[in-house]
Amino acid sequence: MVEILYLAAAVLFILGLKMLGSPRTARRGNTLAASGMLLAIVVTMVDAEILSWGAIIAGLIVGAAIGAVLALRVKMTSMPELVAAFNGFGGAASTLVALAELERTDAAFSGEIGSVVAASLAIGTVTFSGSFVAFGKLQGLIPGRPMGLPGQQAINAVLAAGVVVFGVWGVVAGVVAPYWLIVVVALALGVMGVLPIGGADMPVVISLLNSLSGVAAATAGFIIGNSALIIGGALVGAAGMILTVQMGEAMNRTLANVLFSGFGGAATAGEMSGKPVNSGTADDVAIALGYAESVIVVPGYGLAVAQAQHATRELGMALEERGITVDYSIHPVAGRMPGHMNVLLAEADVPYEQLLDLDQSNPRFGQTDVVLIVGANDVVNPSARDDDQSPIFGMPILEVDHARTVVVIKRSLSPGFAGIDNPLFYFDKTMMFFSDGKAAMEDILKSLKSL
Amino acid sequence: MSAVFISGIVIFVLAAFVGLEVISKVPPTLHTPLMSGANAISGITIVGALAASGLGEGTAATILGFLAVTTATINVVGGFLVTDRMLEMFKKKPVKRDG
Repeated sequence: MVEILYLAAAVLFILGLKMLGSPRTARRGNTLAASGMLLAIVVTMVDAEILSWGAIIAGLIVGAAIGAVLALRVKMTSMPELVAAFNGFGGAASTLVALAELERTDAAFSGEIGSVVAASLAIGTVTFSGSFVAFGKLQGLIPGRPMGLPGQQAINAVLAAGVVVFGVWGVVAGVVAPYWLIVVVALALGVMGVLPIGGADMPVVISLLNSLSGVAAATAGFIIGNSALIIGGALVGAAGMILTVQMGEAMNRTLANVLFSGFGGAATAGEMSGKPVNSGTADDVAIALGYAESVIVVPGYGLAVAQAQHATRELGMALEERGITVDYSIHPVAGRMPGHMNVLLAEADVPYEQLLDLDQSNPRFGQTDVVLIVGANDVVNPSARDDDQSPIFGMPILEVDHARTVVVIKRSLSPGFAGIDNPLFYFDKTMMFFSDGKAAMEDILKSLKSL
Repeated sequence: MSAVFISGIVIFVLAAFVGLEVISKVPPTLHTPLMSGANAISGITIVGALAASGLGEGTAATILGFLAVTTATINVVGGFLVTDRMLEMFKKKPVKRDG
């Protein structure tokens, strides 16, 4: 009977995830998955012959309070940090379950269980420490640029080998100590693995850590022999892996390249060409926008940094009031996690129908009067299409240069994350408006109203 | 390998394929809520945490169990709440055009 109820919980997870796939049903899907979780928790509490409730009730209260405060207070611009932190907590939970089992049984496992305990410790701990390094990078507590040591890959290889060695030792000898050493080494591996990865690659890293948190949960399921954990963990592992692959494709990079190349952040400011640019004022931009028939806004990470989503939406509405068609084009890796820009624009009440993805956008730029770029750079860099010497050559871009006029709002001419110049800025049809994203939107709106 | 362990592997592999099928069609605009919702589901570790911390065998296991319940609950409660908060913003709104 209990097994059937766990299966019911797993089915609710699957249905919930399926419904998360469409805007119409997504919210109900989330509720369905949550009710599956509640079912699994209640079944466990009734069934597990719990002897001491103190630790459980304390843990539930503390955890629910922390989770609720984080979830309800986080700014939408900080969503990548929150998801990174939640991935980390998920990894930590799996590690702790494995450790509790280790202490309870004093490592007297069968070889099978010993192996999954070792795997759970390794994967859970790497997820934990890697996620909190990613969190630190996103929060700006740790520099976002790649930070590698000489021989970084050799160090990581030694750490990974250490995990395997301690795992084998623990299983063969049946003692507790090597399992704890796995945790120590895996902590270092997570830190050393994520430190060399740059900020703009975070969409891939967060997706991968998300996937790992699922796999860690599944390994915990093997330890306690619970199919709901195995199914739930496998689903999350698959979801994270799909996103990881899609983000990699959106950058035309393999996962190995993202993890090991230390891409980006190379300060090549010296290579900035001294070519002239067309620099405009708020009035110039307002005139270009106000007399257009169609405008597409292209947001990037700079929009999140400047908290400019509401100001952008207000400008968009003012343009719509003038009878201008306004849409928003979002590159898959714009921002710091998959779908980051979509969430910000949804927060600012941009209707779902006006959010275009890469494939919907590119055919439309040719018929668009003005493209307004706010805080995006590498994802609109024509070198990725035209210059086979460019480090980002082959990455699919938003082909904004097909529009009649391109307006770029940017604080300075500094290169994007990839550290390469963007020829788009020097085109005749391009107008640069040097300003903070939010201030720029407000100034343009003011000018527009006095047209 | 024991039969229980093998059936665990079977369940894992099949569930992973179900996940790939179900999720591969999610539009990019819902990627963030998908991820935070999936994250909440990975909090299913709470089942293991509850079992581990309720057995009441020794101080170390109890402390580890308490920490496991706490972190898993953060994941579950925080994950589902923040996903709901985001999806509320995605719901269809009447287009405001007062012009």
